[in-house]
Amino acid sequence: MSNIGSYEERRKDFSWDIAKEVLDWKEGETLNIGAICSDRVCERGNGDKKALIWQGFGGQKKTFTFNDIMVLSNGYAKFLQDQGIQPGDRVCIFMDKIPGLYISFLGILKAGAVAQPLFSAFGDESLEVRLESAGTKMILTTQKHVKKVRKIQDRLPALEKIVVIEGNPDKLKEGEIFFDVEEAPRVEEFQVYKSGPETPSVLHYTSGTTGQPKGAQHVHSSVWGQALTTSWVLDLKEDDIYWCTADPGWVTGTSYGIIGPWSLGATQCVLDSGFTSAAWYQFIQDNKVTVWYSAPTAIRSLMRDGDELVKKFDLSSLRHLASVGEPLNAEAVIWSEKVFGLPFHDTFWQTETGAMMITNYPGMKIKPGSMGKPFPGIEAGILDLNTHQPVKEPGTVGLIAFRPGWPSMFRTYLNKPEIYRSKFVGAKPDAQPEDLRNDENLWYVSGDRASFDKDGYYWFVGRDDDVINTGGHLVGPFEIESALVEHEAVAEAAAIGKPDEVNMEVVKAFVTLNPGYEPSDDLELSIMNFIRKRLSPLAMPQEIEYTKKLPKTRSGKILRRYLKALEWGQEVGDLSTLEDD
Amino acid sequence: MRTIRKGTAMADEMKDMVLEYVIDEYVDEDDDEEIGYDTPLISSGIVDSFSMVSLKVFLEKKYKISLPDNEATPEAFDTVNSICELVKKFQG
Repeated sequence: MSNIGSYEERRKDFSWDIAKEVLDWKEGETLNIGAICSDRVCERGNGDKKALIWQGFGGQKKTFTFNDIMVLSNGYAKFLQDQGIQPGDRVCIFMDKIPGLYISFLGILKAGAVAQPLFSAFGDESLEVRLESAGTKMILTTQKHVKKVRKIQDRLPALEKIVVIEGNPDKLKEGEIFFDVEEAPRVEEFQVYKSGPETPSVLHYTSGTTGQPKGAQHVHSSVWGQALTTSWVLDLKEDDIYWCTADPGWVTGTSYGIIGPWSLGATQCVLDSGFTSAAWYQFIQDNKVTVWYSAPTAIRSLMRDGDELVKKFDLSSLRHLASVGEPLNAEAVIWSEKVFGLPFHDTFWQTETGAMMITNYPGMKIKPGSMGKPFPGIEAGILDLNTHQPVKEPGTVGLIAFRPGWPSMFRTYLNKPEIYRSKFVGAKPDAQPEDLRNDENLWYVSGDRASFDKDGYYWFVGRDDDVINTGGHLVGPFEIESALVEHEAVAEAAAIGKPDEVNMEVVKAFVTLNPGYEPSDDLELSIMNFIRKRLSPLAMPQEIEYTKKLPKTRSGKILRRYLKALEWGQEVGDLSTLEDD
Repeated sequence: MRTIRKGTAMADEMKDMVLEYVIDEYVDEDDDEEIGYDTPLISSGIVDSFSMVSLKVFLEKKYKISLPDNEATPEAFDTVNSICELVKKFQG
């Protein structure tokens, strides 16, 4: 019997208070995610239960109980306090998927500060933009990644503390602090910050079509949405061994790689080494993983390596599979049923929603290629592309939208309330974030297009904007274009997503060159590596097309949609605003 | 101070070229990692799987070959030796 039981029954009589029942929550308890994911699990008699089974490069392994997680996260919280971190201060976590990432995340929350995890493959420019925007006061990093921080620290006046938590302390530069929580005195007890439902907790950056990335601010009451979806969609139970393959530099890695499973007291595994299909299967076999939450890019890579490889491993422990990041194609669902005897359950949500919104459920019929149905308690709709009114006819493509008010919804874009407002259809021009998120007459528009069928299943169509979804990560074209024109050879640039079999989309750049530069293979590689190092490997164009001129509107705006339509073999649409040749 | 440690096999031009590219593009100047022909690149984290793409493009352009995606796997790209074996296979 699955945790959700009957989807239809759950929808009929839903209240978010069910999340409190699932967690056996008592009124008066402190609503602090850091404590809920550690202290509370210990108080309920599970201190000796394994919380984290970690494996890194070269086969290194470490295991932590919930008691370890509690004490070590206390250690981080106390360290932050001793360093002068105040409630509400932003503390960035910039490191690989090492245990310190997971544990410091809880420590930051216990101290009342805001955790700002950033993907460790970000280059110095991507890092700078996000730290500057957040006014980040402290960064926790490692010897491996601190070099990128050093390059930008002089331009970040708010960044007071650079803390290295792993590596050789002798390699630190002046002013940097070394803190190894496992070597520090154990902090058995810590007075956890008494946060409330609306206290800021996690800040995740997300990319848009225009402008630099925006910080989606989440709060401690997000745990209700994350815990309940983890229970009902991922179906985590007492004895499960859970593996979420996402990096906590992105929202899946925190919502479902930390908060969801640990709030429920579940044991989870983390593999922090490069992707190979064999290594992943070996990891499942060695740890007897039962519930596996992964991404279409990885699943398609596994598919590519074939069925025979799967047969070399004992994967019989698996009992439930789910996927997130981009639409899961029907072939991948059918393949997983064939080789694992289990289908991947696709889930749809985004950084801003904080938790799953439209998903496939244990026990509910899967239509391969469909996103599934709205989570109980979520009112979803498809809005007409022009009128923004809800469509009633199945099969009509429109904008995916949700009525505001679910607990894990982002509360604002940090310092950008006007952009937050623009995400709500029907919002008054002067509406404030707290009005918007509680107004059930509005629609929050996700930025994706879909349709629903006669049975109420949703079917993803694509983005409604120019944001590029590569391997489940959103990359903003503006950010790439801004970096491209900083290359000495590039005069103008446009970045779009082009189709890719494994990653859904990869970045393609169109560039015009400055006088004195000619197209060449060496120049292409130089531009690619320039972007990889400054922004991230995800933002690196995998193809560069040299052009004499970029298509623009008469007002001079580059027409990405024209380039994208040509690339995807689609109708180019209305070109009446195109600049004359 | 980074160090190039060459493998025990007889050095050849292609291996040196690939090794030099890997060190120039993926290893920070002040890293003290020793990298040789058999050093794991992907499975050790020196080159992440997304960055592998620029290495693939380098090989394709340098050696005028086309590496199909199903051959350009993280396993095949894990060491300079295995990369060179792959390139030679497609050089015909």
